Formats: sequence, structure tokens, C-alpha cells
Amino acid sequence: MRHTRILTGASVAAAAALLLSACSSGSPSNPGGTTGSDIDGVPWEVATNVELDGSPTFDAIKDRGKVIIGVKEDQPNLGYLDVTTNERTGFDIDIARWIAASLGYDEDDIEFKAIASANREQALVNGDIDYYVGTYSITDKRKEQIDFAGPYFVTGQGLLVRSDDDTITSEADLNADTTVCSATGSTPIQNIRENYPEVPTEEFDLYSACVEALINGDVDAVTTDQAILIGYAALYPDEVKVVGEPFTEERYGVGIAKGDDVMRAHINDLFEDGGTVWEEIFERNLGDSGAKVDQPDVDRY
Amino acid sequence: MGVIFDHIDLWAVALRNTLLLFFAGGGIALVLGLIVGAMRVSPVPIARGFGTVYVNLIRNTPLTLVFFAFAFGYPQLLPSPGYTVLAIWALGIYTATYVAEVVRAGVNTVPVGQAEAARAIGLTFGQVMTLVILPQAVRSVVPPMMSVFIALLKNTTVAAGFSVLELGSVRAYLSERGENALIVLLWVAVIFVVLVLILSFVQRRLENAWRIAR
Repeated sequence: MRHTRILTGASVAAAAALLLSACSSGSPSNPGGTTGSDIDGVPWEVATNVELDGSPTFDAIKDRGKVIIGVKEDQPNLGYLDVTTNERTGFDIDIARWIAASLGYDEDDIEFKAIASANREQALVNGDIDYYVGTYSITDKRKEQIDFAGPYFVTGQGLLVRSDDDTITSEADLNADTTVCSATGSTPIQNIRENYPEVPTEEFDLYSACVEALINGDVDAVTTDQAILIGYAALYPDEVKVVGEPFTEERYGVGIAKGDDVMRAHINDLFEDGGTVWEEIFERNLGDSGAKVDQPDVDRY
Repeated sequence: MGVIFDHIDLWAVALRNTLLLFFAGGGIALVLGLIVGAMRVSPVPIARGFGTVYVNLIRNTPLTLVFFAFAFGYPQLLPSPGYTVLAIWALGIYTATYVAEVVRAGVNTVPVGQAEAARAIGLTFGQVMTLVILPQAVRSVVPPMMSVFIALLKNTTVAAGFSVLELGSVRAYLSERGENALIVLLWVAVIFVVLVLILSFVQRRLENAWRIAR
């Protein structure tokens, strides 16, 4: 697949729009080419005339005429839904859009579904969603039920504390007087329970509830993947800050139905041959955090 | 069975907390419910009024909102005793209203002549209740009362959303560990079925023990 620059992409888009409007049958007009996206200033183009033989997921997408993507909506700058404007933004969301574009579907043909962590595997197994992009850590146990493309991002468990709090600088400072909050049953809170049994924990369904509790002073730290915390630190720069180094390794992958190797190879190819698209997506969403992160190599197991 | 035995530590904590919420919340509900139920049939207008307002206010509020008031509202006013204690109070105060109504229904099954006879021999209202009315009322309310407690047992799962690790939160924990969420839920359901069977057994025993010739 050719990757043209945005400028040419735009001109191709104009031409393609004319061509597409001219042929009502929807037959391919520029095989193997790309067109621009509906959204302004994105680093990817929408592929046209995509063929993925032997991918049940892609067949389902084609029959439906739209892509259904599972995402998160409570993680600023990763997977976030602004309820006032109804706009979805974030690194994971853009990765999801990029994959949809590579399959030939633009913003208007995407249906986002917010799926809670505990329901992700089931949603993929049932075929409720075509793929899932939302801070989804690759684990061997999960691979028994589903498959992962990627990883497209590597992070680790971090800590978020109040800006004026200097007593907690890393996980070593956690003790019986520091209450830690995270999402109910999430891996980070299980880590704390297991490795720091004396540390009191609180668990809520949403990270936002934890961050609120932190700002109110009800808890002393919020723990989860550092990428999510960076997003919150960017949202409330005056109230909270991320401290310490990540003390675990989480590799985010794209969850897809088990056994759809064609789709998995397609997404892995996209990540490998994407050129600068990954960097641009990172810059768009997490650039303000000042973190310098490189795209990880994909793992074709 | 791997779902259970690979994570036995978690299941043990979850089951323990579920039972703790049930017994502690149930204890509060039983004591408070008996008091409020007695208030609603008492001759004192203020007590009757208070009982009526309390029952109607709490019983008309969804349990989740009661939990919100306790888990997030209470700590704003007073130092928090911890989410488990707050959950116990939320369950106890909510379920007490149902207990009170069951008690009131039970009192109404006792013929009014019983109370009149008790008053005629000079017993106080308290004595009439504790010696004559309630012992007879309790017998007829065993089945509806047990239904209230079975509902309480299942209501404990609401606490999962309010930072208490119990059977309702096991699914989130185990799905994060890569187990199939549906199978986990199936096991949670099995545990609840067993617990409810035990309660039904207790109910039958009580009914037999307190049976009277009518």
C-alpha cells in the first residue's frame, strides 16, 4: 500500500470524491489507492478497494458497511469521550481510526462502543465489536480467548499524586498511611494488594472517580498504567502530577477475534509500514506530556 | 474448577466479605426493623409519624443511591470509618425498612382482642408488644422475613461498586487475570444459589420449630 503525503492525499481526495460521486454503484475507482479522511489534519489516508481474503472479521465489516470498534471513554488523551461535544479523542482512538482507514472506512463509517475492561474478551468472542483499542494489555492468559495485534505502545504501572505532595516520589514511599486508588479489580490494584499488603486500597469503576478522590484528598495516590495517568496530569496540570518510573511493563495491543490471522497480520503490517504515522498520532495526543516514547516492535507470535 | 482453585485466595476474601455484609447488615436490619415496625403500630403519634416517614423515604430510594449517600456523602460530613463499614450501614438501614413492613404485617395478623386482653390485665405497651403480640407475630412472618433476607444477600453485590471486595467484584478481578468472565459469573451464581438454599433450610427449620395450632 502506497503512503502519499497529506498534500497529495488531499488532491487525491478531491479527485476521488468526484469519481465516487460519479459512480453510484460504489465500484472501486482507484484500485489500491488512498483518499483523504473526513477529519482535518490527520496523518493517515483512507485506503480504497481493500481486500482481506479469509478474514471473518473483515467479511462481517463489509456486510455491515461499517466498523464497530470497542474503546474506552474515561481516559483523557488515550480514549476519551467529551460528553458536551460528543467528540472522541485520544491516542487509542486515533490508532483505532488509523486501522479503520487502512480497511477503507472513514469516520462516518465507524461506530465506537465503550466496553468496560471486564467485558472486553466477551465482546470480541461474541463479535459485538470488530476489534478493541483501549489500553488493552497483552497477556498469555488473554491469548487463550482472543488474539492481539501489536503491541503499539509500551507503558507500565505508575503513580499519580497531588501536585503539592512531596512525600510520595515512587512506589517505595507507599505505606500504611497512603491510600491508593484504582479501577475495580484492575491489574495495578491487584499488584498493590499483593506486593504492598499493608497499603490501604480503594477501588471504583472509573478512573475519573479515583482522580476526583485524589484531588479531594480522600486518597493519596492513584495507580494505573502511566500512559493513563499522563493523560490525567495533562487534564489537571495544576492539581496532580505523575511521579516515579513505571514499575511494571504493560504492552498495549489491539484485541481481535481469536484465529483471525489475516486481520492480525494486516494490522501488524500497518504498524510496521506506517512510517511516521505512529509518531504523528503520538504527537497529536500525548505530545504535550513531554514524554519521549518510541514505537515498539510488533510481536508476530 | 480451575477458575476457583487457581484464585482461591480471592474467592475466600470475596466470600468472607459477602457474608460479613450479610450478617452485619442483616443484624442492623433486624434490630432496627423491629424497632421501627413497633413504632409504626404504637399508640404514640410522633413515633408512628417517624416510622412512616423513615420507611417511605428509604424504601422509595434505589439501593445504589443509598450507597452513594453513605460511601460518598457521609465522608464529607464526618470522618469515614471505611467503605466496608459504610456498606454495612447502607445495607442495614435500607433493609430495615422492609423488615419493619414485614413486622407490621405480622402484628396485623394477631387478633386485636389479644392486645385488648393484655391491656386489660394492666400490661404496658412495651409488655404487650414483647410478651403477647410479637411472639405471635414472628411466627407468621418467617417466610416473608426470609425473603427479605434473601434479597439482602443478593443486594450485597451492589457494594462491589463502592470499593468493597466481595462476590460482585470477583468478575472484574478474574477477567483482568484472563479468566472467562461468563464462567466466573456462573460460579458466582452457583455460590449464591447454595447460600440461598442454606437460608431456605433455616426458614423451614424455624417454621417447624415455631409452628402453633391455630
